[in-house]
Amino acid sequence: MIALSDYLILSAILFCLSLAGIFLNRKNVIILLMSIELMLLSVNINFVAFSAYLNDIAGQVFVFFILTVAAAEAAIGLAILVVLYRSKQSINVDDLDSMKG
Amino acid sequence: MTDNMQNIYLAIPLAPLFGAIIAGLFGKKIGRSASHLVTIAGVAIAFILSLIVFNHIVLDGAPTYNESVYTWMISNGIHFEVGFLIDKLTAVMLIVVTFVSLMVHIYTIGYMKDDPGYQRFFSYIALFTFSMLMLVMSNNFMQLFFGWEAVGLVSYLLIGFWYTRPTAIYANLKAFLVNRVGDFGFLLGIAAVLYFTNSLDYAKVFEVAPSLSGKTIEIIDGQAWSAMTVICILLFIGAMGKSAQVPLHVWLPDSMEGPTPISALIHAATMVTAGIFMVARMSPLFELSETALSFVLVIGSITALFMGFLGIIQNDIKRVVAYSTLSQLGYMTVALGVSAYSAAIFHLMTHAFFKALLFLGAGSVIIAMHHEQDMRKMGGLKKYMPITYWTALIGSLALIGFPGFSGFFSKDAIIEAVGHSHIAGSSFAYFSVVTGVFITALYSFRMFFMVFHGKERMDEHTREHLHETPPVVTLPLILLAIPSVFAGFFAIGPMLFGDYFAQAITVLPGHDVLAEIGKGYHGAGAFVLHGIMQPPFWLAMAGLASAWFFTLKRPDLADKIHTRFSPVVKILENKYGFDRFNEIFFAGGSRMLGRLFWRFGDMKLIDGLIVNGSAKSIGWFSTILRHIQTGYLYHYAFVMIIGMLLLLTWVVFR
Repeated sequence: MIALSDYLILSAILFCLSLAGIFLNRKNVIILLMSIELMLLSVNINFVAFSAYLNDIAGQVFVFFILTVAAAEAAIGLAILVVLYRSKQSINVDDLDSMKG
Repeated sequence: MTDNMQNIYLAIPLAPLFGAIIAGLFGKKIGRSASHLVTIAGVAIAFILSLIVFNHIVLDGAPTYNESVYTWMISNGIHFEVGFLIDKLTAVMLIVVTFVSLMVHIYTIGYMKDDPGYQRFFSYIALFTFSMLMLVMSNNFMQLFFGWEAVGLVSYLLIGFWYTRPTAIYANLKAFLVNRVGDFGFLLGIAAVLYFTNSLDYAKVFEVAPSLSGKTIEIIDGQAWSAMTVICILLFIGAMGKSAQVPLHVWLPDSMEGPTPISALIHAATMVTAGIFMVARMSPLFELSETALSFVLVIGSITALFMGFLGIIQNDIKRVVAYSTLSQLGYMTVALGVSAYSAAIFHLMTHAFFKALLFLGAGSVIIAMHHEQDMRKMGGLKKYMPITYWTALIGSLALIGFPGFSGFFSKDAIIEAVGHSHIAGSSFAYFSVVTGVFITALYSFRMFFMVFHGKERMDEHTREHLHETPPVVTLPLILLAIPSVFAGFFAIGPMLFGDYFAQAITVLPGHDVLAEIGKGYHGAGAFVLHGIMQPPFWLAMAGLASAWFFTLKRPDLADKIHTRFSPVVKILENKYGFDRFNEIFFAGGSRMLGRLFWRFGDMKLIDGLIVNGSAKSIGWFSTILRHIQTGYLYHYAFVMIIGMLLLLTWVVFR
């Protein structure tokens, strides 16, 4: 039997990895999007683990919603990325500093 | 009858006001002659009604009328009202004000004939008449103050009547500012009255006043001053501004920039005597403070003597009369100081007649000379202007106190009163007023001789056009000459030694110098005979003779004296340096203070620190902040995470 804490540790590790992915990645916006997806997945693991642990189906239902939203978000994100590439000719994160004050 | 009289009292000030409004607002529409008709009608109505009031109050002996006609507001139990106090003092003032005003109105038709501001002028003088009437008829301090300020305002407007002349604007500003100083004291005085008596009504204040004599007030910590003295001196500071007493006299000579009719009406006959009237009205208060009376006395005697000296060296015809007005106001103030209030009012009345006469006479000369005011360019006008000559002679004789003329009675009464007084400062005052008689005679007849006798010093062109002024100008002169001669003779008995002012003026028995003189009074004729044997008469004659000697007989001698005593002349020409001092100290000082506030307060504090400073500090702050905004997505995300962490830590470990 795998304990609840193991799931939670896994999820935390995944979350931290995705965080690090966001910060350390200086090259590619696609990796950034992937990191965000990973973050959502780590949260999903939490949901499923607690759902099984507490015998409450609501958590798993929620996961489906999150997956749907994440898929939509990924689609929009990639679409934005395409537009961005068209205008900037680059998807390099270091080039995208037009929000500078 | 009372209702009837109340309507009359209301109509007296309102009739001139009506005229002023019509001429002021619709003057352009109704034209010149309609404007002067409506204002003259207003003032004439006021004059006739004043005669009725005089008849009612004085001759029929009706009781004093003291009623409020309108309550403006009640605040914290204090009533602010418009009301009338009609007693014998008011009756005299009404006659003086409306009569002189009427004469000046008529005279103005001639004097301002070619002036583009004709309607405006009539509107102003009618408005002045209204304000002055409100002042003298008031039964409370608030209305008194209203009238006080209103006459000051109209005086300001009229001094600057020819508003394109820089000198006129300077003079009216000066008059206004100097009067503010006096009015500030006056307002403080009224506030003090209100503080101690909790009322603004004359009757109530006078009723409570004796109980205040022991009270003290601490303005500076540890310095207890008698409340009555403080009140009286503050009120008198107001009178000093309005009645042009040293050192607040500086505005009156400059006020001669205004047209001559208003110099006669406002700056000789009525407005400047408002201070005298006010102190006489407040006699129940002033009687309670000997210190204040001494103060009044000393200020008055300084004015009477030293302003007379200045008259001797003036060459502008109007300025001579202006300085003589200052000096005569000093006489009135001296009379107030020795508690001879009735003598002050008596002199006020006679002075109003003969000084208005002199001013209007000077105006008549100025018309004939085509607005030339320098006496050195006149001379020998006697044969061209006989009516002006004779009326001016009457005015001058009345002014120097020639026996039988009105000025003689009033001035001699004042001198006698001062001689009988034992109040502190009375010996100095006696010296001043007696010397003043000589000075008065000297400068008035110097002017008289320079203008009407001697060589004709005007240029050829002016001489050809010299002629007597039209009847609208000479008629007021003649009408004013009559009371200038007779007012004294008939009024002295009842006004000074009768019980004429018994209800209006309070004099403590210890101060009552007039009663002392009254013991030796056996009718006006005897008073004249007595006066001839007194030194003041001979001093006046000496003054007259020396004026004749120095202006007609030996003008070269006058020049010699001029050069020999040039330091003295210099002092006189500088008017004792009052103007210079004011210009440097007060005007310069306030300009410097203003510049300081502008440079430091405005430019540094407000502009520099508050307005531009806040903008600058925000700019500086944001230049630092913008370093945080790199524009990189991951930095923002990092900040968000950090924030989230901090929030979480706070929630968990709270």
